[in-house]
Amino acid sequence: MPCAGIARAGPLAWPALPSTQTMSAIDLADTPPLLAARGLAYARNEEPIFGPLDFSLAAGEVVLIEGDNGSGKTTLLKVLSGLLESTAGEVLLNGVHLTLAKLSHQVALLGHLPGMKLELTTLQNLRFAVGLGGIRPGITPTIALASVGLAGYEGQPLRLLSAGQKKRVALARLLLVPAALWLLDEPYANLDREGIELVNRLLLMHAQRGGSALITSHGAYAYTSGTPRRIALRAQAIEQAAGEAHA
Amino acid sequence: MKPGTTSAACVALLKRDLALTWRRRGDAFNPLLFAVMVVALFPFALGPDAQVLERIAAGTIFVAVLLAALLSLDSLFRSDLDDGSLEQLVLSPHPLSLLLACKIAIHWLTTTLPLIVIAPLLAMLLHLPDSVLPVLLAALALATPLLSLIGAICVALTVALRRSGMLLTLLVLPLIVPVLIFGAGACNAAQAGLPYAAPLLWLAAWLVLALVLAPLATAAALKISLT
Repeated sequence: MPCAGIARAGPLAWPALPSTQTMSAIDLADTPPLLAARGLAYARNEEPIFGPLDFSLAAGEVVLIEGDNGSGKTTLLKVLSGLLESTAGEVLLNGVHLTLAKLSHQVALLGHLPGMKLELTTLQNLRFAVGLGGIRPGITPTIALASVGLAGYEGQPLRLLSAGQKKRVALARLLLVPAALWLLDEPYANLDREGIELVNRLLLMHAQRGGSALITSHGAYAYTSGTPRRIALRAQAIEQAAGEAHA
Repeated sequence: MKPGTTSAACVALLKRDLALTWRRRGDAFNPLLFAVMVVALFPFALGPDAQVLERIAAGTIFVAVLLAALLSLDSLFRSDLDDGSLEQLVLSPHPLSLLLACKIAIHWLTTTLPLIVIAPLLAMLLHLPDSVLPVLLAALALATPLLSLIGAICVALTVALRRSGMLLTLLVLPLIVPVLIFGAGACNAAQAGLPYAAPLLWLAAWLVLALVLAPLATAAALKISLT
């Protein structure tokens, strides 16, 4: 049962990540990585937002995208989820072009907006998410709610929850839908210390199951332990700092 | 790890939107009150002469219902855009046009169908002859879904703009003029004792066309709006 893994506050350790590898050392030819971007760039009205950017994400890997406000982190996630069309380069999901194949059900996006209805209860919102995106075997909306520490809030309208609790409901949605790639935009925002640990635990569990995640952060939230591979975004320029993460 | 079926997604969306309408049921009455108010004001302005009212009845009701439906159009995607639900719809593995068709259907059912239900009452207020009432109801039943479908494309185009109300009205107005001409025309023909089937059939033909094409156009327009 996935919930058992989440509910237990085990020691936090990132799974083995190829953090000492450089980007080019990850061989794209053998097994296609879950996600690969080549020369990816996005410009709005001729004004470059980010890129060109090359990176890949293997199954079971968590990568942190760092950058200041306005460096294009959110835009990058939108491009990777297929919401925005990149202006240059390509995104491959399991070796297939993202824009060509309808693979968006392999991506779960947690954005700045909750994507849920304030008027509806937590359970109604999660049931809708399941109806829309399908469900991972062995989990129910009730279990997912309990996993994020919101047991007993099933009948509570979302509007009565605090910002952090809403974020937890959004995390419960990620647990439910069968997406292999999580794109989390500032998942630590609004969360208390326990919530931050919860996010780390969920990420660890997801990675151990073979899922991958890209997380953005402007750096204000520290990890309690374990350090994922990092990609640093600068305004209009990309700097990849692979392997230097364990500083 | 397989995604849910498309029909499950549509059912989930229908259920959610119905639950939402129930929670916001105060808003659902707005178009209804508007239409009743407009129609009720005409006798005060024109005097209670039954012959005058009878002549303008069908046209007035038609205009009031179309304007009331237009009023509620703006809310079609607004809240979904504001809270990010629209992004989740676009990201879902199911055809966006089908999901949007469900949304439009629910919107029509909850905001416009009540208008058709009270249309007999409006007809009574304006002394519409009983023989014309079925034609009026048939014309409304064909014209209002058409308005919802055409309107949805325009809403999708303008939803991301701030203060899109004005632009939306300007976009929709020329498109619904033919609908009004044929709908009210059928009623007027029936009132004059002339055959009225042709305009109704035209409306039906357009409705079928819009049912097929409008959700596709709406989906394309929404994707443009979101970028």
